[in-house]
This record gives sequence, structure tokens and C-alpha cells, in this order.
Amino acid sequence: MAKGSVRVTAERCKGCGFCVAFCPTHVLQLSSAFNSKGYHPPSMIAPEKCSGCNLCGMYCPDFAIFGFRTGDSQKGKEAA
Amino acid sequence: MSDSDCNLCAIGPANPVESVLRLDRIPTIWCPGCGIGTSVNSFAFALMNSGLDLKKVVIVSGIGCSGRVSGYVDLDAFHTTHGRAIPFATGLKLANPELTVIVYSGDGDLTSIGGNHLIHAARRNVDIKVFCVNNMIYAMTGGQAAATTPGAALSTTTPYGCFEPDLNIPHLVDAAGACYVARWTTYHVKQLERSMGEALKKKGFSFIEILSPCPTYFQRKNNMGDGLAAMEDYKKRSKIRNGAPTGEIAIVPGGDIIVGKFVDRERLDYLALMRQQLGSHYHERGCQTC
Ligand code: SF4
Ligand code: SF4
Ligand code: SF4
Repeated sequence: MAKGSVRVTAERCKGCGFCVAFCPTHVLQLSSAFNSKGYHPPSMIAPEKCSGCNLCGMYCPDFAIFGFRTGDSQKGKEAA
Repeated sequence: MSDSDCNLCAIGPANPVESVLRLDRIPTIWCPGCGIGTSVNSFAFALMNSGLDLKKVVIVSGIGCSGRVSGYVDLDAFHTTHGRAIPFATGLKLANPELTVIVYSGDGDLTSIGGNHLIHAARRNVDIKVFCVNNMIYAMTGGQAAATTPGAALSTTTPYGCFEPDLNIPHLVDAAGACYVARWTTYHVKQLERSMGEALKKKGFSFIEILSPCPTYFQRKNNMGDGLAAMEDYKKRSKIRNGAPTGEIAIVPGGDIIVGKFVDRERLDYLALMRQQLGSHYHERGCQTC
């Protein structure tokens, strides 16, 4: 079971691809959908591999994605 | 869209960095693939984990794309004139020593138009923290060459290439007497976060150079691809060498990018020397004659 998940604020995304390139477990890809500015926000292609490490959030220059741990008492907790 | 990427409702956790951002100002003005926002994530975590009372933390910026950071972070902020962030910050610190004063600005602003202030703030050892985003060009003002533009690079003011050697900024501030000197790139998000945290705690002039992509000006003029290409390039070329002599870490186009913490020394800062030398004549706050 996936240990984490991500939340995307699609309207903030500028499609730079940092989150996709630097996710250590290759969870993300840029989707084919557009946001209203014409960018392709990321979506999960391998959600089961997400650790919730929030590296995607650290790399996103537009605060458009972040990862968090799921289960137990980990809601919203960040990797140190 | 699946559940995980639905953002139509506010259920579930929020991005932790949002707690120190001015959300009404976002989206930012930064171009797609610009690295400045990435550095802000490291900064936000460093702030949140610093244990500092954020009511007593002030951010000062000059002009430029990087200078916009002061408007996006939810701290008391000063957006000053071009190149003059450090003098404003120095005044703030001297007038109210209990503040933690951060200067967040670009290479054009801090090392080029404001280069003299940088040298003398390091020499005076004013207790401020300077975070310098280096994208190797004056970006916002139109892509002019800066003191950091590497030789041969094209810019709007060097259409035939640049004939001036660029500054090795960590070497400059080290020589002038800075207490803490580090360099990271926007690829090194975790190391940058840790380093910013150390700088926030360090007494004395602290300086971090942050190499950052500028796809719109620097890279476009020099056929260097997009922001992601710059990030991949940092990943490939960076070598971590903590404690490296700053004279040996100049950035050579195509060569290794030496990153790390280079200087961490103790030196009495400006206020400490003033207190020491003035003795009982020194008054911590306010003018005593009125
Ligand atoms: S939280 Fe970590 S593992 Fe999950 S998508 Fe983001 S970077 Fe990948
Ligand atoms: S890093 Fe942020 S802006 Fe870039 S593609 Fe991912 S979500 Fe979009
Ligand atoms: S011009 Fe360059 S530095 Fe300025 S926002 Fe665009 S990419 Fe970033």
C-alpha cells in the first residue's frame, strides 16, 4: 500500500516538470489535461510507489504540489 | 481526475509552506521553470523549523525577479531600491538589534549594482543573512550582463559575448570577512534548507549563493534549454566539497560546480564591537536625548 500521496493545485502549475523529474520513485507524469493557463499539471501514474517524501513539493517553484504521508497519525506530516 | 489530485475542495492537508506565504499574491510572476520559487521552499522550511518568532524576522529585497521573494513570504518586508537591500537591512538591524534580518535578492542586485554594499557589510560583519539567487544575469530589467555573467555568454548588453571575467561571490565575501559562506543550487533543496537554517542561527554576516535557472533570459540567449535542463545540469555537474577554499570554487562554464559550506567562523559583529567600545555610553534602544 502506498505510504503517501500528493495534492496538486492544478491552477498554480506552470508545467516545468521539476516534480516529475526529481520524484525519487517516478510516481508522477505531466498529464495531458490543461489548466486554464494552458499548462499540463502533474498526475500520479504510479500512486502505489509514493512515499509521501514531499520532494516534489520542495522542487515545485509554484507551490502547486506537495506530498504527505498517509495512514496512522501521519496526516500532512513532512519528511524531515 | 482521481481523488488525490482534486483541488476543488479544501479537504485534507495543505501544503506546509503555505503557512509562511502570502497566498493572495500567488501565482507568482516567475516564468515556468524559474528556480527562484524552488529556493523559497527551502527558505520556508528553514524558517518554520528555525524556532524563531516570525514576528521578529524581517525580509529585505532589492529589485529583480529574486527581489519579489519579499512580497511572497509572509514576514514583515522591505522591497527597496535597486542594489540597496543591504543598506536598508543594516539600518534595520542597528535600529532594532533583536530582529533577525534577511536579505533575499539576486546577483544583479546584490553583487553588481549593489556590489559595494555587499563587500562592506561583510567587512563590518553586520549580523544579517544574505541569500543571493544567482541566475547569472539581470533578469527582470531585461537580461543585461551582470558581474556574474560568465565570459563569452550572450546577453542583451553583450550581443558579441561578455569580455569581463565573472565574480566568484563566495570568495569575495569570504575575503571581506563573512562569518558563514555557502553555495548550493536549486537542485540541492534539502542541503539549501539546512544551510539556510544554519545561517539563520549564525551570529554575524552570513551569505548563501543559490545558483538558479533563468530559462527566459540567460538560458534562452545562450541556447541552454529550459529550467529543467538547468536543473539536470546542476545535478550532473555539482560536487559537494564542504570547507573548500573559496579561491578554488569559481564557476567555470561546463566544469564542476563546487557546492557546500565553505566558511563557518566566529568574529565579533558590528553591534558587539560597538557595545564593547562604547561601554556605558551605548544605549540599546532609541535616542536618549528626547
Ligand atoms: S511525495 Fe515523494 S514519492 Fe510522492 S510523488 Fe512526491 S516526490 Fe514522489
Ligand atoms: S513542479 Fe510544480 S509547476 Fe512544475 S510541473 Fe510540477 S506541479 Fe507544475
Ligand atoms: S526572467 Fe529569469 S529569473 Fe526572472 S522570473 Fe523569468 S526565469 Fe526567473
